[in-house]
Amino acid sequence: MEIDPFIFRLSIFILTIFVGYYVVWSVTPSLHTPLMSVTNAISSVIIVGAIIAALSGNDGAVFTSSSIFGFLAIILAAVNIFGGFLVTQRMLAMYKKKKKDK
Amino acid sequence: MSANFSAILYLISGVLFILALRGLSSPETSRQGNLFGILGMIIAVTVTFLSVGNFTAGFIYVLIFLAIGGSIGAFIAYRIPMTAMPELVAGFHSLVGLAAVFVAISAFINPQAFNLGTPGNIKLASLIEMAIGAAVGAITFSGSIIAFLKLQGIMSGAPITFKGQHILNALLLILIFILTFYLCSTQSSHLFWIIIAVSFLIGFLIIIPIGGADMPVVISMLNSYSGWAAAGIGFTLENTALIITGALVGSSGAILSYIMCKGMNRSFFSVILGGFGATEQSAGTQNKEQKPVKSGNADDAAFLMKNASSVIIVPGYGMAVAQAQHALREMVDTLKKNDIKVSYAIHPVAGRMPGHMNVLLAEANVPYDEVFELEEINNDFANADVAFVIGANDVTNPVAKTDPQSPIYGMPVLDVEKCKSVLFVKRSLSPGYAGIDNDLFYKENTLMLFADAKKMTEDITKNL
Repeated sequence: MEIDPFIFRLSIFILTIFVGYYVVWSVTPSLHTPLMSVTNAISSVIIVGAIIAALSGNDGAVFTSSSIFGFLAIILAAVNIFGGFLVTQRMLAMYKKKKKDK
Repeated sequence: MSANFSAILYLISGVLFILALRGLSSPETSRQGNLFGILGMIIAVTVTFLSVGNFTAGFIYVLIFLAIGGSIGAFIAYRIPMTAMPELVAGFHSLVGLAAVFVAISAFINPQAFNLGTPGNIKLASLIEMAIGAAVGAITFSGSIIAFLKLQGIMSGAPITFKGQHILNALLLILIFILTFYLCSTQSSHLFWIIIAVSFLIGFLIIIPIGGADMPVVISMLNSYSGWAAAGIGFTLENTALIITGALVGSSGAILSYIMCKGMNRSFFSVILGGFGATEQSAGTQNKEQKPVKSGNADDAAFLMKNASSVIIVPGYGMAVAQAQHALREMVDTLKKNDIKVSYAIHPVAGRMPGHMNVLLAEANVPYDEVFELEEINNDFANADVAFVIGANDVTNPVAKTDPQSPIYGMPVLDVEKCKSVLFVKRSLSPGYAGIDNDLFYKENTLMLFADAKKMTEDITKNL
C-alpha cells in the first residue's frame, strides 16, 4: 500500500520539533532576545505562500480577490523578514567580549 | 524548475534555519548563524519565484510590495531603541499571524493556485490545515496586538478579568472545532470567515487577563503560536521549508515559555489563566509603615562602593524604563579604574522578555563575559561587598525563600541579602509587580537610594 505524502510531511514536522527542542536548549540565555527576533524573522518564510497567492491572478488581472490577500501578506512578511534579520544583526553586533589589553 | 528540485532547495533552506538557531549557542557564532538564516530566506524566496515561473505584470508588483515591506522593516530595525525590543517583537509576531491568515484566505478563495482543488471542493486535509493555520494565525495576531498595547503602555498593564472569563474562552475554543467540522462537510465560505472572526476574539480574550510582568511568558507563548501558524500553512502548501520553520519556532517559543514560568515558579496554566497581582495587592501592604528603612544619597553609596573590593550589579525592568544602562556602564568603568571587581547578575525573568537585560547591557558595551545568570552567580553574593540593585525588586525578595504564605514562595531569587551591604535604587517603597513588600528594604545592611535610576547612577559616578 502506498504511503500518503502527508505522512512524510508529518514525519518532518515531528522530527523538527525534536531538533528544535535540543537546538533551543543549547542557546545561551543571554541570547534569548535575539533568539526571539530571529525565530520571528524565519517564521516569515510564510512569504513563499504569499508569493504563490499573489501570482495566482491571470495575466489579464493582476489584482483578483485572492491575489490581493497575497500582496498584503507579502508586505507583512517582508516587514518581518527585513526587520527581524536586521534587528537581530544589530543586537548581535553589540555582544562583545572583554578587551584583553585592559 | 522541477517540483522535486525545488523541494530539495526548500529542505536546504530549512536546514539553514536550524543552523541559524544553532549559531545562537554562543555570541561568537551567532552572527554567522544570522547569515545562515538570511541565506535560507533568500533561497526559499528565489525558489518560489522560479517555481511559479510567472514573470508577468504580477511579478513586478510582487517586487514592489516586497520592497515596500522591506524598507518599512529595515527602517524600524535601525530606528528602534533597544529598550523597546519587547514591543517590537510583539508587533512582529502580530504581522506573522496576520500574514498566515491572509495566505489561508487566499488559498481558500483560489485553491487552484495551490493545487488544493477547486472552490467549494477543496481537499479535506487541506481544508482542515487551512482552518488550523488561519485560526492559530488569527489568535497570534490579536493576542500580539494586545501584548503590544500593554507593553507600549497604551493599554494598562493591569490584568482585566471578569466573571466566567475562562468558561467563555473554553466555549469559544470548542466553537472553533465545531465550526471547522461543519466547514469540512459544507465547504461554506461563511463558516470560514466566522472561524477567523472567533479566533481573533479568542486571541484578544486570552491576553487581556495577563498582567504586565507576566509579559515574558506571553511574548514567548505568542512566539510559539506564530510558529504553529506557519507550520499549519506549511502543511496546506505542502512546503517543507515552512513546516521545518514552523516546528522550530513553535518549539523554541514553547521552551522559552517554560524557562520563563520556571523563573517565576509558576505553572504555565496559572499564567495563562491570569489575574495574578490584582488580588494579592492588599495582603502585603498592611504593616509596612512601622518598619524602619535606612535611606541614603549618592555620596553614601559612592563611599560604600569605593571601599568595596567586589560589587555585583542586579539590573531589572526599572533600569530599562529609566534608560540607565549607559550611565550604569560609566559608573562601572569608574569602579574598575579603582580596581574593584564588578559583575552583573541577571534573573531569568528580569525585564519584559527573555534576555531583555542582556541586550541592554550589551548595548551599553558591557562585555558579555561579565554578565552572569542566576545559577552561575548566586553563590558569589556571600563573598561580595556590595550588591547594587537597580530597577529590580521581586527577583531579590528573600521572602520567596522564607515565607511559605507568600505568593512568590519557591520562586528562584538572587541571594542579594547575603552581601555585606545592599544598595537599592528605587523611586519609592511601593511594592513590586507581585504586590508584596520586599523584606530586603528593611534589612540592617540595606541602604535605600530613592531616586530615578539614571540620575542616581550618574550622581554616584560623580561622587566616586
